Amino acid sequence: MADEVVLLDSWASPFGMRLRIALAEKGVKYEYKEEDLSNKSPLLLQLNPVHKKIPVLIHNGKPVCESLIAVQYIDEVWNQKSPLLPSDPYQKAQARFWADYVDNKFGDCLRKVFTSKGEEQEAAKKEFIDCLKLLEEQLGDKPYFGGDNLSFVDVALVPLYSLFKAFETFGNLNIGGDHQCPKLIAWAKRCLQRESVFKSMPDQHKFYDLICENRRKRGLDQ
Amino acid sequence: MAADAGQVKLLGKWPSPFSNRVVLALKLKGVQYNYFEEDLSNKSEELLKSNPVHKKVPVLIHNGKPIAESLVILEYIDETWKSNPLLPDDPYQRASARFWARYLDEKCLPALWDAIWSDENGRAKAVEEAIANLKILENEIKDKRFFGGESIGLVDIAASFVGYWVGILQEIQGLELLTVEKFPKLVKWSEEFTSHPVIKEGLPPRDELFAFFNARATASK
Repeated sequence: MADEVVLLDSWASPFGMRLRIALAEKGVKYEYKEEDLSNKSPLLLQLNPVHKKIPVLIHNGKPVCESLIAVQYIDEVWNQKSPLLPSDPYQKAQARFWADYVDNKFGDCLRKVFTSKGEEQEAAKKEFIDCLKLLEEQLGDKPYFGGDNLSFVDVALVPLYSLFKAFETFGNLNIGGDHQCPKLIAWAKRCLQRESVFKSMPDQHKFYDLICENRRKRGLDQ
Repeated sequence: MAADAGQVKLLGKWPSPFSNRVVLALKLKGVQYNYFEEDLSNKSEELLKSNPVHKKVPVLIHNGKPIAESLVILEYIDETWKSNPLLPDDPYQRASARFWARYLDEKCLPALWDAIWSDENGRAKAVEEAIANLKILENEIKDKRFFGGESIGLVDIAASFVGYWVGILQEIQGLELLTVEKFPKLVKWSEEFTSHPVIKEGLPPRDELFAFFNARATASK
């Protein structure tokens, strides 16, 4: 029986991007469905009634919600190539710990930087740089967080990192962490050279425009 | 044959439901372990060294190697000691269990905690939020014996706060959150869960937990 894989997603979502990367790494063919988040489809509301959010992976009609859970699902189902999680339980636990860190601590810090201004934003930027430094330390001299190959933590981080870089590049937001995180910068370049990653990236200009619009709506910028 | 535990140590805090999750999992698997009660106002060298990122309990140290974050620890325990599996084999069911465990941690438990410790100003809204979350859980447990099906699983352990702590805390605070009238299925589940012989033995004693949180409630008034 042929697998039917559908991805409910939104072009700008870093969480959706995680799934696009994972599916591409595994060579899984899927149908992409763009959700209008201002007008959520009945399908989305039916398949993710608890959170009503994208991405939702639909495999043979059954929905898998929450991006990191869906990435693990993809890894377990299409386990013939490109393993994203190691088989050793301790290494796996470390990968899950750091993916959780990316989602919670790093993600929260990034959100605070985007949704604040003035003094509050300065404090958020400092906290964010601490997160970057910790990740830099964790990466060390490895090509990827998982070692020689793209893995769970890389997939979790690269979309959020790209989001932050788009904002920094096109906006006047200078986080200033670059000189302290040369390994992360090299890592991001390395990730972007992979087809699975660059094909999953949103258009950077469109992306920046969206971020600016969001900030204007929140009254953070004129 | 008893599972070869190697050296297993748990750094924890007895009233913490997160710390207790690990106790329950280790007991369900029959794993022998050493327990160290952390004083969070004076964190041990070992805690700071084994969880430098968050400096929190619980931390499981297995053969000298530390693992932090309770749900990460639970999955590690499940993968290392194979008896009484906490997660099913099927990837879809595993994803579903992980979804509910995460939902508990990110939405349900914080909403319940906020409602329990809310002051007069925020109480009505916080309680409304907590009730909405309990409705979602009631809808999920349905007529299953446990969230895990016929046997206790990851989600049941993750939901121990709902099944045990909430009853005690709502009594202390004079709130009605988890009641049999509003949530008959969830209450039935909590009774099944807390009367399971291993769980019963692993949960902190009711009167001690009551005294601990009652003191905290009094101090905050």
